[in-house]
Amino acid sequence: MTTLTPTGRAQDVQRPKKAFPIGRLVAWACLLLIVFVSVFPIFIVLKTALTGNKALYTEAASLWPSQPTLINFQRVLGLLSPEAAQAAGGSGSSVSFATAMKNSAVFTGLIVVGQTFFSAMAAYAFARLRFPGRDFIFTLFLIALMIPGIVLFIPNFITVKNLGWLNTMPGMVAPFILMSPFAVFFLRQFFLSLPRETEEAAYIDGASPLTIFFRITLPMSQGPLVTLAILTTIGMWNEFFWPFLIAKDEASYTLPVALQVFKTQTPQGTPDWTGLMAGTFIAILPVFLLLVVMGRRVVESLAFSGTK
Amino acid sequence: MTTGTPTKPYSAASTARRRKLPSQALVGYLFILPAIVGFAVFYLYPALRGFQISFTNWNLLSDPQGVGFQNYRDAMQDPKFWSALGITVKYVLWNIPLQTLLSILLAVAMDRLVKSMFVKGLLIVPYLLSSVLVGMIFLWMLDPLLGIVNQWLANTPIGRQAFFNDAGQAIPTIAFINIWKHMGFNALLFYAGLQAIPRTVYEAAAIDGSREWNTFWKITLPLLRPVTVFVLVTSVIGSFQIFDTVAVTTQGGPVDATKVLVYYIYQNAFAFFKMGYATAMSMLLFALLVVFTLLQMRLLRAGESDLE
Repeated sequence: MTTLTPTGRAQDVQRPKKAFPIGRLVAWACLLLIVFVSVFPIFIVLKTALTGNKALYTEAASLWPSQPTLINFQRVLGLLSPEAAQAAGGSGSSVSFATAMKNSAVFTGLIVVGQTFFSAMAAYAFARLRFPGRDFIFTLFLIALMIPGIVLFIPNFITVKNLGWLNTMPGMVAPFILMSPFAVFFLRQFFLSLPRETEEAAYIDGASPLTIFFRITLPMSQGPLVTLAILTTIGMWNEFFWPFLIAKDEASYTLPVALQVFKTQTPQGTPDWTGLMAGTFIAILPVFLLLVVMGRRVVESLAFSGTK
Repeated sequence: MTTGTPTKPYSAASTARRRKLPSQALVGYLFILPAIVGFAVFYLYPALRGFQISFTNWNLLSDPQGVGFQNYRDAMQDPKFWSALGITVKYVLWNIPLQTLLSILLAVAMDRLVKSMFVKGLLIVPYLLSSVLVGMIFLWMLDPLLGIVNQWLANTPIGRQAFFNDAGQAIPTIAFINIWKHMGFNALLFYAGLQAIPRTVYEAAAIDGSREWNTFWKITLPLLRPVTVFVLVTSVIGSFQIFDTVAVTTQGGPVDATKVLVYYIYQNAFAFFKMGYATAMSMLLFALLVVFTLLQMRLLRAGESDLE
């Protein structure tokens, strides 16, 4: 019985003695079912992406394509000529996922770096520096956490339109790159908890707040900064509504927008499922890699995001 | 609130800092400058501007015309507004109870059965995907003809289901999809909450002969209250703003059965160019969410008194 939990602690080992572990087995079965339900759709995405367009109809119920092919990836990445893509079952809709991938990477990268850095500066000022109006301004930031996106998106759309930034990367990153109320709040809480002694000593040695921020505070805050960067990466990689409003031109689509357009471009009839699933898999890959490379960190960051 | 928890007196240093006040104020303002610009232009201004636009009629092309409270009166008399609100509430009622219940159970399973980071990683995979991808994946899996789910159902007494294409099933289907997306992540938050409960409480309960089920209802659930309130209220606020999944899967159809509030606002703003009416409705949504946030404050206080 105890072999069920080889790593179990004392209380885990004791428990099964009291009751026959039927409850435990049922719990395990449920858990495995949920794990299966969580990852099975991803498997179907991959399976469909590897299926040739004609086989899609004959092998709809099977779990593995009889003749796996990479042609769907090739055509959505624009590696095939339009004629060849259509011959391979393409619907004639053409969105360059390679461009979208690049845009997504630039969009996410700029925002993660900018937002984390500028928010850290502001958070440091709110946590450590004294200046008139500080608490009032910070309270405004806190209130802003509650405003729903749609309230801001309409006027922001007009602002960006007036700036002539529709369809441009500056227009897409503008609302996010300088700050997010959550990032400022999150980092301020952490900076408050840092011991003051090191900073005080540096002050006495004549260091400026700038030096202290760059040489002491930032290096001491790598954990929370990485956590924030992970949360921002996931959020921005998946951001749909804003780029969807701003990017009306194919050259500026991000991946979620490109996918949506690719889907709606399909002439009436069935969508180009194999192409869509290849595009979907391409969009999944980077976050999936993030999880594989930084697994524990990602899980902990997400768990932490709830305890703000 | 602003002072953190200074543990040691540091009089020498703090007088040194007080003397430096003017220069510190300058640095402080410099540090918050980027964040303030971002905040002022993309949060504060749009919030006020949105409020202002909501009292006008504006199609983005000609000048806005002040109409007083007309947009708000219109909303009150617009059956489509009420229907959109009703559909949103219906969605929230499908989504939240099931999602919360499943997440808590899953968290207990995580706590009692597996410590494996790998399993937790698998469970949060859905959360890492954008709503667009998730919408796309389920659109495919639930496709009436070729979708794997209907391929399976066809061989059972249940038979094929229309899912998105059926007015009665569309909202529950969208709710289920978002439960799928958020369940693992919410479970992770509850799991983090469970870790905060002292083990000694459980040991005491075990000594008193408390059964598993009893312990769960009498100890685990009450002590989880603060996390529960947090998860519940943030997910309710998020649920009221459902847009992405609808935009990708049903676009409000069939026959308006999934035209949720934010989708209706979006249509008014960017399809009918009724900016005034759209912002008025977003303000109403904002007011609704503020009420929920105030409720959150209430419940959170109740949660705190529950802890000890």
